[in-house]
Amino acid sequence: MMNFELMNSISKYFSDMFSGLLSLWAGMRVTGKYFISPRAIVTQQYPENRATLKMEERFKGEIIMPHDENNLHACTGCGICEMNCPNGSIEIITDRIPNAEGKPERVIDKHIYHLSMCTFCGLCVKTCPSDALAFGQKFEHAVFDRNNLTKVLNQPGSKIRKEIKK
Amino acid sequence: MSEEIRDVIIGESEDYIINIGPQHPSTHGVLRFEVCLKGETVKYLIPHIGYIHRGIEKMCEAITYPQIIHLTDRMDYLSAHINNEAVCLCVENALQVEVPERVKYIRTILAELNRLASHQLWWSAFGMDLGALTTFFYGLRDREKILDIFEESFGSRLLHSFVMPGGLMHDVHPNFQKRIKEFIVYFRKKLPEYDQLLTGNIIFQNRSKGVGLMSRETAIAYGVTGPSGRGSGWSCDIRKIAPYSAYDKVQFNEMLETDGDTFARYKVRMREMWESMNILEQLVDNIPEGDYTAKMKPIIKLPVGEYFQRVETARGELAVYIVSDGNKNPYRMKFRTPNFSNLFVMNTITSNYKIADLVAISGSLDLVIPDIDR
Amino acid sequence: MSSNNLYDFSKLTSSIHEWLLGMMSPNWVTFTELVLIGLLFLLFFALLGLFLVYLERKVCAIMQNRVGPNRVGKFGLFQTIADLIKLLIKELIPIRKSDAFLFNLAPFIVIIASLMAMAALPFAKGLQAIDFNIGVFYIMAVSSLGVVGILLAGWASNSKYSIIGAMRSGAQIVSYELSVGLSLMAIVVFSGSMQLSTIIESQANGWWIFKGHIPAFIAFVVFLIASTAEINRGPFDLAEAESELTAGFHTEYSGIKFAFFFLAEYINMFIVAALAATIFLGGWMPFHIGSWEGFNHIMDFIPPIVWFFLKTFFIIYLIMWFKWTFPRLRIDQLLTLEWKYLLPVSLVNIVFIAFLVLMGWHF
Repeated sequence: MMNFELMNSISKYFSDMFSGLLSLWAGMRVTGKYFISPRAIVTQQYPENRATLKMEERFKGEIIMPHDENNLHACTGCGICEMNCPNGSIEIITDRIPNAEGKPERVIDKHIYHLSMCTFCGLCVKTCPSDALAFGQKFEHAVFDRNNLTKVLNQPGSKIRKEIKK
Repeated sequence: MSEEIRDVIIGESEDYIINIGPQHPSTHGVLRFEVCLKGETVKYLIPHIGYIHRGIEKMCEAITYPQIIHLTDRMDYLSAHINNEAVCLCVENALQVEVPERVKYIRTILAELNRLASHQLWWSAFGMDLGALTTFFYGLRDREKILDIFEESFGSRLLHSFVMPGGLMHDVHPNFQKRIKEFIVYFRKKLPEYDQLLTGNIIFQNRSKGVGLMSRETAIAYGVTGPSGRGSGWSCDIRKIAPYSAYDKVQFNEMLETDGDTFARYKVRMREMWESMNILEQLVDNIPEGDYTAKMKPIIKLPVGEYFQRVETARGELAVYIVSDGNKNPYRMKFRTPNFSNLFVMNTITSNYKIADLVAISGSLDLVIPDIDR
Repeated sequence: MSSNNLYDFSKLTSSIHEWLLGMMSPNWVTFTELVLIGLLFLLFFALLGLFLVYLERKVCAIMQNRVGPNRVGKFGLFQTIADLIKLLIKELIPIRKSDAFLFNLAPFIVIIASLMAMAALPFAKGLQAIDFNIGVFYIMAVSSLGVVGILLAGWASNSKYSIIGAMRSGAQIVSYELSVGLSLMAIVVFSGSMQLSTIIESQANGWWIFKGHIPAFIAFVVFLIASTAEINRGPFDLAEAESELTAGFHTEYSGIKFAFFFLAEYINMFIVAALAATIFLGGWMPFHIGSWEGFNHIMDFIPPIVWFFLKTFFIIYLIMWFKWTFPRLRIDQLLTLEWKYLLPVSLVNIVFIAFLVLMGWHF
């Protein structure tokens, strides 16, 4: 009986060592395989590849107000985006300007957007009744002065498109 | 720690106290362990939390239900979709709104993708904690494929705020199904490599077998749900106990192990990755056409009362409890987060193990600290 | 059949010796030669350290599917020089209540041990600084001095983490020296001499790892594992594990003193690899296959010093491969591995080899 246990434990000793070494070799094969295939390198060489870098079309870089070629946008100044923003990253400043018939109507003066506070939840884009806001693709926002992160989205001298209903 | 406790714990003069944290070299987050050691053996461990408390539950009392979604993203950021889904399901059940089938399928697909991505990141960080630094890069390289799918449909990689009360924020990209199928084919080839590199490795097995034993009774007593609890033999998968969304339409197994040590928890998570891929395969071709949202009022007001919903995140059971007084803001919103319960079992399962085991055990529990502190 | 006279360095060294003798008295000649060789070795030491650090970063990067340093200079070749300049201009933080003499002495001890060991390595025929008749024994003895430096560093730092790291490291190094010694003894038994140049000459008809078949291969594997543990690398780097407590015994060192420890680790890796290449893989002997004359002639054309470096860098690559694939061992598992597995295997191996040599059952 003692001999049997002894032989058993000796053979277990050697088989443990051997299977342990085999498992180590299995792991080494994985890393060795990647060592000899430099084509598997997944690093993107940014910023050298800026010219060919294309983000996805729905990429959430920042909030922009798209203007067409006549410098017209779609923002009526209703303030729904300001109400829906969870942390106050949008401030709407409106003006009352007499329209074509002479009656004073509300017009957007400044659509202030605080990029430093925005959480990119997308509620302003979704709830705008005239689809005036969209997500832009620029993502390099680092600045030296924090005030440069407060942007006015409507460009100077731009007006609302005629067909947008209020 | 108060002076009285300190006197009780430090019995002999050979004991000493060290701090591990709040800045970890690993990716767990800002957490501080105050460890009382005798030589190399851990005698007592006290976690100190609160370094990333942002007051999410209090903030929820001041904003409306669609606005709460972007806050739930940031609790357990590795299962962002599932957190969103919890709040949305609670609100929809309260309002008795029936979401379209398409929404249910897409929500389940997103939840499983999130679970896969979360387990991939867990595997990377776990290997790195134990010293196998290449696992970090292999896991993240494969996770990038899932994040690319997310970026194409939602625009962001980690925090999407996509699942809204009533449905989804917008429809998914037309390439969604094709890319998921490509990913499944790719990852089925890569996952055996993970086993070759880490699971079968004798050094890894010696470091994780028999380490951090958690019995089934301990798991139930502390409420350790998720893969950590299933590693001790507690069958606690909410997807089986109280199915929601499209989980009653898919066939999948709940992975259980009975050993209760670090290696068992590891095996549970690896098998869950295979199961997630099976679920994805069953769902991805059968997404019904339809609307991406049900018709909801612009201002959501829940009727007066209390509402409760549980979901299974990548780490355990997340439960949402809303008390509403009829307004558009909730009166009180409480989250029962899985990581909070998982963390406080650390003292029981780390006693009498070595300092090197502490790192392995906390890695196997897969803690995400913002979920603890909210 | 062995390396032909084209690459024999002893002609060069003796001609320099003659030239110097013509200019000054023999004692001064010895002194000048020592200074020259010392300077040469220091230069080689520094350049090799720089290159090895760069090589490790590139090798580990490719294994991890990324690029590694590639911005500082073409292919990132000047990255280590930039790191060195950064370390040189860092502030040397003195520690209160530490033993200042021992604290400053520790890095130097480690460097001195490495330099002394490197002086005995045979780079090519005739290109060996010190050729003792107890070469193997000398190298082992001198590289054991390094552990004194590590223990001093941990003790003199006056910090809990440093002491823990230094004690672990000390126990580890002292244990694994046994296995290293026994596996080297295996080849000493085969070749019958401890002098390094004799061991290399005895491999003229084939490397010992082939001639000694199974027991030599076992000794080679044991040597690789044990020496990886000796140099605190790879799966045995618990003493300086970054994701555990802190950086171990060299936590409190900054600037150039830290650079010494760092450099000494890579030079130790080179010494261990060179030793393995010399004893098991034939040193500077080219790779010959039996009686394939044409093949052997082509192999002879490659200079022996190139052969030496090729073999050394192959072993260095193996050691790096170990580090980046395996998780770390815990300290008690480390010591279990040595005392319960490696040491018995080495002892049985030595007895077996002695029996083989007696019976003449090797090539």
